[in-house]
Amino acid sequence: MTNALPLSPHDPGIIPAASFAALLGRHDLAPTWDVPQGSIESPEATTILAMRWADGVVMAGDRRATAGNVIAHRRVKKVYPADDRSAVAISGTAGMAIELTKLFQTELEHYEKIEDTRLSLDGKANFLARLVRGNLPLAFQGLVVVPLFCGYDEQEAAGKLYSFDVVGGRYDEQDYASTGSGGSEARAFLKSAWSAGLTEPAAIRVAVEALVAASEEDAATGGPDPKRGIYPNIVTVTAQGYREVPDEEIAPIAIDVMEGRP
Amino acid sequence: MTMPFYVPPEQLIKDRAEFARKGIQRGRPIAVVEYDGGILLIGENPNRSLHKTGEIYDRVAFAGVGRYNEFEMLRVAGIRYADVKGYAYARGDVTGKGLANAYSQTLGQIFTHEVKPYEVEVVVAELGDDDNHLFHVRYDGTLRDKQDFAILGGDEERLTEEIASSHRPDMSLEDAVALTTRAIQDATENEIATGDWEAGVLDRSLGRRKFRRLSIDEISPST
Repeated sequence: MTNALPLSPHDPGIIPAASFAALLGRHDLAPTWDVPQGSIESPEATTILAMRWADGVVMAGDRRATAGNVIAHRRVKKVYPADDRSAVAISGTAGMAIELTKLFQTELEHYEKIEDTRLSLDGKANFLARLVRGNLPLAFQGLVVVPLFCGYDEQEAAGKLYSFDVVGGRYDEQDYASTGSGGSEARAFLKSAWSAGLTEPAAIRVAVEALVAASEEDAATGGPDPKRGIYPNIVTVTAQGYREVPDEEIAPIAIDVMEGRP
Repeated sequence: MTMPFYVPPEQLIKDRAEFARKGIQRGRPIAVVEYDGGILLIGENPNRSLHKTGEIYDRVAFAGVGRYNEFEMLRVAGIRYADVKGYAYARGDVTGKGLANAYSQTLGQIFTHEVKPYEVEVVVAELGDDDNHLFHVRYDGTLRDKQDFAILGGDEERLTEEIASSHRPDMSLEDAVALTTRAIQDATENEIATGDWEAGVLDRSLGRRKFRRLSIDEISPST
């Protein structure tokens, strides 16, 4: 704390929805990375995807992080709860993406506690876009963070998806979205496999199939590994809230999908 | 050159304390009591959207009485303090004690240094795995660690008596609600409509965030 008093009433900004990110900045705690010219190789999180189904959205990610041609981590988590009604998945420079996710989560909870209401889904997506945009200078040095965001819109009573680009552009996606190194492969699969009104088990299966398809073409995407007990992260968000699909539920689907591959 | 009148510090403190106490006593009281599954925070509040109790962090809740703008400022400052600390270190490092100390220092400083002291009292309630903590902070920064229950505002002495006579920390939530609603109505000699209560709990059975507000159905006081 840089203030003389622990809770200074003169701290500027008892304004509606004073941003937690701005507050961190005042305490010199905002996550920043100053990178000198040149390049470094840090672990990259790869394929993530999200799609709509009848009652909400499902979001999934493989577990591999790579640094160059080395597998840096086998059990990276790329899909996180943003709050109780939305989820965020990350691709790109893993360390930065995980920190931005933590900041994003805290911001949403901070807002909810202070205002006694959740941000709208659009509001959450716009804030995430701002975080990505703030990262643009580093993107020029190869440290790119590109998330996917999805959630249940309580006003519209529907699941919604958002994708982003490096400069912080925010795009509303209709049916499905994917990004990361195996993203185009996953998208190609989803194009043929996705249909409107999927049930939850069907959507989970399609997500696993798309990740397996991506892992077969992209070396940076890890497929399911039953021997080590590594399975994709999959979550669903509906009107009932955020649900992490447990490994026990994913394992039989993943094994079945891999056996059925041509 | 004008010289300020000399006021002895005893007199200054006494005047300020009296001023703050008067403001707080005018307000409606809040009771914070432990029950078998957590901590109940309850009081009369006809305002449906301007709350006196609230969530600060995973296991920490807030209750304030007195001037709304002043304790609301403290509530918001508390959330900021907790969120910054939890972000910089780890979620488990945010404790009720740390927050209560921060409130205590802030209120103490304001009491002596500002033109007018804050006319507020707050309780910081922290749900523990085994034992809970209730910290009571007064307008002048006095900080106390309360056992079993804490009373804020109103006729504190009388309400304390009412609750102490039949409170047990292992009582159910329904019993705790019945006890506190009856005690507050008796102590204020006032009948309070069902819809005019505000109550929240730190509920041990919830996930990471333990605070939730009680619905009107859960409150329905015994009259």
